[in-house]
Amino acid sequence: MRNRHLLLWVAAIACVAGILTGCATAPSDAEVSAKAAAMLKSSFKESGQAKLERLDQDETQKTCSAYAGKTPPADVAARIEQANLASIKWPADGQYVGDWKSGERIAQSGQGMQYSDDPKLPSGANCYACHQLAPQELSFGTIGPSLYLFGKTRGYGLEIQKYAYGKVYNAQAYNACSNMPRFGHNGILTEQQIKDVVALLMDPQSPVNK
Amino acid sequence: MRIKFPGTARCAAWLFALAAPLALGQGSTVDEIAKYRAALQDGNPAELWEARGEDLWKQPRGPKNVSLEKCDLGQGAGVVKGAYAQLPKYFADADRVMDLETRLVWCMVQLQGYADADARKNPFGSPDRKSDMEALVAYVTGEARGAKINVALDHPKEQEAYRLGEKMFYFRGGPHDFACVTCHGDDSKRIRLQDLPNLTKAEGAQLAYSTWPAYRVSQGELRSFQWRLNDCFRQQRFPELVFASDASIALTMFLARNANGAAFNAPAIKR
Repeated sequence: MRNRHLLLWVAAIACVAGILTGCATAPSDAEVSAKAAAMLKSSFKESGQAKLERLDQDETQKTCSAYAGKTPPADVAARIEQANLASIKWPADGQYVGDWKSGERIAQSGQGMQYSDDPKLPSGANCYACHQLAPQELSFGTIGPSLYLFGKTRGYGLEIQKYAYGKVYNAQAYNACSNMPRFGHNGILTEQQIKDVVALLMDPQSPVNK
Repeated sequence: MRIKFPGTARCAAWLFALAAPLALGQGSTVDEIAKYRAALQDGNPAELWEARGEDLWKQPRGPKNVSLEKCDLGQGAGVVKGAYAQLPKYFADADRVMDLETRLVWCMVQLQGYADADARKNPFGSPDRKSDMEALVAYVTGEARGAKINVALDHPKEQEAYRLGEKMFYFRGGPHDFACVTCHGDDSKRIRLQDLPNLTKAEGAQLAYSTWPAYRVSQGELRSFQWRLNDCFRQQRFPELVFASDASIALTMFLARNANGAAFNAPAIKR
């Protein structure tokens, strides 16, 4: 008898708690995510070069989305970084540094991949949207760190050249869930374009290092 | 050594031409932009859109030749004053959450007899092709100027829309891996010289959401909040956001609710 009363009380308390927190009826986080993904497919339409497949997330995008703008825990971050590092295609000729003047033009251009862009034109990297680079350019953004004096402060050696190439090719190989696009991994820039951007950062003659 | 900067932001060049000679330094450039923004506040051509929208609201139009004056924007049939400050919301007659544009489409179909596709066409105007929808949005939002933003999450469908909108805000996709949070998740960030509101915080959401629609000086057009979302996704390299789609309602719900408590102050004027 006493036990039955106790059980009833427990059930009643659980019921009230459920109503108060909304747990009793609210869908789970995974259910909301699944529904959101389906909603996106019906709420966007392809336009120009921007097809609906762009809404299909790869594992990195899916994982980073789930952490909602926050840094993932160390083990998850390490897994993302390893997978992205392994996918980098390094230049066959072993050369990482191209032409900084071409790199400067690529850094200035925000053209490419938008449905309003002409897909026949080369893409830019729009580095200045987020980073300070050459000090002559005052119109720079602050989402990423300043890259002024990038090579001068780090040294111009092969290791740093290779790091700069890898970072532009796939930023998430070094910093999981970085805000920076994976320019090589996702085919935004060509190998030569990445070398030219690396030159903007690493050539001692580049205004970035002056 | 002289370096050529072929693609230097047009906006910056334009400001340089307008402003008094500038010292070479970031601080002074930002100051000059602030002065320019302040100067813009003197007169706002958005009034022209608001007046045209009011005419469109009151004119008998559509196959049934009736006005929108009986349209229920959530505060009762025909109540326009302050209605926008409580949208999006759940509407029992449609059994779904609607934002302003979705509700206007609903009223144009239900009251005026327009075909759904006709009510949705031309949502964003251009100088040679004015949008009736944007004018109606200007009128209704103008009638909420000064009202406190107060978006409810009472109905389960309102709660669901908010959670879906939140998921969308953090959804990374496309060739650039961008999500809304990429640019709008931190304080005091800029793209080039453009300040970015942190939409994950109340102050940022309030500042942003309470100042759309806006007359965009650089475009010579009044732009709605729907347009703002649409253009963000274009720059995110996503496909095109469908006008008055579920995703646009959900994302608007997320941002509008986060802006609760702010005094609505639009149509505004922006560069």
